[in-house]
This record gives sequence, structure tokens and C-alpha cells, in this order.
Amino acid sequence: MSNPATDYSLQDPPKIPFEPLIERNSSISEPTWVRWSLIFVAILFLALFLLLPLISVFTEALRNGLGPYFAAIVEPDALSSIKLTLIAAAIAVPLNLALGVSAAWCITKFEFRGKSLLISLIDLPFSVSPVVAGLIYVLIFGRQGYLGPWVMDHDIKILFAVPGIVLATIFVTFPFIARELIPLMQEQGTDSEQAALSLGANGWQTFWHVTLPNIKWGLLYGVLLCNARAMGEFGAVSVVSGHIRGETNTMPLQIEILYNEYSFSAAFAVASLLAGLALVTLGVKSFLEWRYGDELAAGRKH
Amino acid sequence: MSTASKPGRRKSPRSAIPGFGINLGFTLTYLSLIVLIPLAGVFIKSAGLGWDGIWHVVSSPRVLAALQLSFGAALIAALINAVFGPLVAWVFVRYQFPGKRFFDAVIDLPFALPTAVAGIALTSLYSPNGWIGQFLEPLGIKVAFTPIGVIIAMTFIGLPFVVRTVQPVLEEAEKELEEAAATLGANRWQTISQVILPTVFPALLTGFALAFARAVGEYGSIIFIAGNLPMVSEIAPLLIIIKLEEFDYAGATAIAATMLTISFVLLLLINSLQAWSRNRGGRK
Repeated sequence: MSNPATDYSLQDPPKIPFEPLIERNSSISEPTWVRWSLIFVAILFLALFLLLPLISVFTEALRNGLGPYFAAIVEPDALSSIKLTLIAAAIAVPLNLALGVSAAWCITKFEFRGKSLLISLIDLPFSVSPVVAGLIYVLIFGRQGYLGPWVMDHDIKILFAVPGIVLATIFVTFPFIARELIPLMQEQGTDSEQAALSLGANGWQTFWHVTLPNIKWGLLYGVLLCNARAMGEFGAVSVVSGHIRGETNTMPLQIEILYNEYSFSAAFAVASLLAGLALVTLGVKSFLEWRYGDELAAGRKH
Repeated sequence: MSTASKPGRRKSPRSAIPGFGINLGFTLTYLSLIVLIPLAGVFIKSAGLGWDGIWHVVSSPRVLAALQLSFGAALIAALINAVFGPLVAWVFVRYQFPGKRFFDAVIDLPFALPTAVAGIALTSLYSPNGWIGQFLEPLGIKVAFTPIGVIIAMTFIGLPFVVRTVQPVLEEAEKELEEAAATLGANRWQTISQVILPTVFPALLTGFALAFARAVGEYGSIIFIAGNLPMVSEIAPLLIIIKLEEFDYAGATAIAATMLTISFVLLLLINSLQAWSRNRGGRK
């Protein structure tokens, strides 16, 4: 925001908060009792369906007290699952970040044929079941797969190993950042980039000093959602991981194994870490919306 | 696209901005390697099976029951969300109440909470001695390990899709239209059903479609609560995994191809329905 050249053209005119007097007009609002019953129904629905499951994760995790809780988390298999989850996210998120920025740059700064098709294709992983996302890599790298024999000959492990888990994670989280950036950058247009270029900046300088400052909050927002999904992905990873304890189990898979062994409180202890991640994600997201709402607003419109 | 015709956004087709070729090249390569070519593999593999091969797999009673459950329960869950989603969006856009910001953040929980975590949490809530299950048990309602549990899990993951697509449209809806309707003698209910509802309807359809598509493919949050009894509460994605574990790659591929095809056709249908309703509503 320090660059004055970018400021004048991009901001919407300041929004003046005002409550129109008409708000009190009964012809376009509901009676108080209707109002409060609707609020009651909405909150009850949210509390029952969304809030209660979240609370129950922490309650179940701490059911036997803090000692067993920490014991379940520092258990070697749990620790190795945490490590693998972090590795997978650390590879998948930066790659999808690069793709998201690159794709949004083409789509929003240029006109070309097939653009809406490209947008639909980027969204495609959203409408594919995570299990199918795992299956497609089994069909390629599996024993009877297209590249299976080649992979075996060269002694490369993809399936039932870390590369497969990373691939599946990349597939599932593919659209998150691009989706967040495209509407935002579309709204901002190309005027400031054109101005920077006419003043002699090169392409990289234009992106770094003009475009990036304008999209940074949207970018952070997309990275957050992408990361939450990358660390929490279950279906796709479950298909390609092979469930080797201490080796190819991510946190969600570790939760499944513990749960199926009836070690409920250990399962919920690991789950509480992921639920904590979700809470942090939501917290930062709400903060961004509250603090930088105007800069993110374009992304909310459809 | 409607955005191209918006005034105030001029984009010259021959842009002076650099980096088109390299970025498009990178995007297309990445897209092809990660998404398109692997997905095409499913269809090539299933084409190898032929219609008879696919039909043989899909028409077996167990697979039919699973597909029916996945699509049927997803439809019911999306319908539940199509009722409560707009209601929630309406309350958050129009009314002020304590705790609003907090609950607004809670709506996105299913986006952020890993599905396996949601799955075990829902199961513990709805099992016969769980917080909610203990009240339903005396009434003779069994949720966990039945198709009702599947619907509950699908409703959980689908809600934010509907709320978050309807909410921005409601926020932008012009109050002047409602005033005009009131001036012309419409009562509040007529205004809502004939002025506001048509405005949000395309967004509602989009949200419905997204929630439905997500629910059909959902795996993690369902398998714990479903109990996975064959023919009763076994969803199609789980059946794919079971076939894979039996090294029945052909069977798994046939189910996957069927699911993908049905989902794509439905999304296409809803997209065109949405375009139709948008034109009819006189919106851009």
C-alpha cells in the first residue's frame, strides 16, 4: 500500500456506513417475533450441525485427562503421521500457489479463446470424488497401471509411498488458490499494470510491486484454505497410501486406524490437532475478512 | 460471460502486459499432468471394458444399492441445505444479533475441518449413547450406522456451499425493489416469494449443485457414521476402495466412470438451468 501509483485507481470509493431510515419501515421488514424465531432456527441449526461436532472433538480428546492426551500425541506412529502430513502440505501448497498465480495471471490479464473452458477445467477437481482422485493415480502407477512396469523397472516408489500421497494432495487442493485469485484480479482489471509498464517497469517488477500488493490478502486467504484441505485430505490419500504404519500414514489416516482399533481417545487426540488447525484457519480468515474486507470483497462475489 | 460486457473494464485483446505465453504454458502443462491426463485414464480404462463390462459391474445389486444411496442421500442432503442455507444467509444478511460474527465464522467450519475429524465427531454425537443419539434412541430413531447418518454427514459438509453462494447475492439485492413491491400493495410474504426469491434463485441453484456434487463424492465424513453395511449403508466411493483392495481394478474403474459421468451430466444440466433462470429473471 506504500506505492502511491497503485492507490488511486484501484480502490472502490470509500463506503460510507449508514443505516437507512427505511430500515424501521414495517412494510419491508418482518415483525419482531418472526425475526427472532428465524434467528433462533438459524442458530439452532448451526449449533446442532456445525458447532456441536467441533466441541465434541475436544471433549472426547480430553475425556481421560491431559496425561493420556499428550501421550497419544507423542506416540511414535502419531508423530510420524504428523511429520508426513506437514511434508505433503509443504510440497503441495507452494506448487498450487505457483499454479494459482500463473493461471490467474493468464485468465485475468489477457483475452483468449477457450478461457471459460480453462476456468471450468481448473475447477474440475472440486467435482471429482476424492476417492476417484486417488484411483486415477493407482490406474497410472499401480502394478497393472500404464506406467506401473516402467516405475517398477526403475525402482521408483510412487504408490504406497510419499510421492503418491503428495500427488493425490496436489490434485485435491489444485483449484483453491486459483479460485480465490481469479475473481479478485478480474475485479482489479489491468489499468495499474499498464501504467507500471508504460513507466518502464518490466514484467516481473510489475507483478512484484503492483499486482502482488493488491492481491496479497486474497492470496493468503487462498493459501490458508488450500493448506487446511491439504493437511486434512482423507479419501484420496487413503487410496494411494497403503496404510503402512509409521511410514505412509498421514494424520487423517492415523485417526481412522486408531478409531477402528477402538482407541477412541487417542483418535480424538490426533483429531483435536487437526480441529485446532481448522480453528486457526477460520480465525485468521475471519480476521482478514474483518480487517481487509474490501480488498477481499471481489472474491466473495459470484 | 457477463463480466466481459461490464462497463468500465476495458481490456485490449493485444495486451501490452508480458508473460502470457509462459504462464499459459505452465498452467496447461500442470493442469494436463496432474488433472486431465490422469482423469482421462479412467475413461480409457473403462472404454477398454466396453459397455457390457461396465454394465456387468454397475448392475450388480450391491453396486446399484451403493450408487442409489450416494445419489439419493446427496439429493436429500442438498434439499435440506437448500431450505436452511437461504434461511441462514437471510438471517446473517438482514438481522443483527449477539454472536453474529462468531456464528458467521462457524458456517465455514466444514470447509476447514478435515473430513475424517468431522466423521468421528458426528459418529460419537449420534451413536446411541452420544450427546444427540441418547435423545433419539428412546424415540426409536437410529442415526448412526443407517442411511440417516449418511444424510446427516452430507448435510454437514454441504451447508457452507449453499450459504456462501446465496449470501453475497442477498447482500447486493436492492432494497428499493422491495420498497416498490410494498408500495404497490404486496404484503411481506408476497415480496419475499415474488421479488427476493427470484433474485437469489440462480445462486441457490448453484449452491445446491455444489453441495450435491460434493456430497456424492464425499468419503471421509461418511464412512464412520454410515457403518458400511452392504446394501444398506454402503456408499459408492467406499465400494471403489473395497474393489481396489480386492485388486479388482476394472470394477473400481467402472464405478468411478459411472459416478463421474452422472455427476458431470447433472452439473451440466444445472448449469444450463441456471443460465435459463438467470435470463428469465432479467439479470445480466
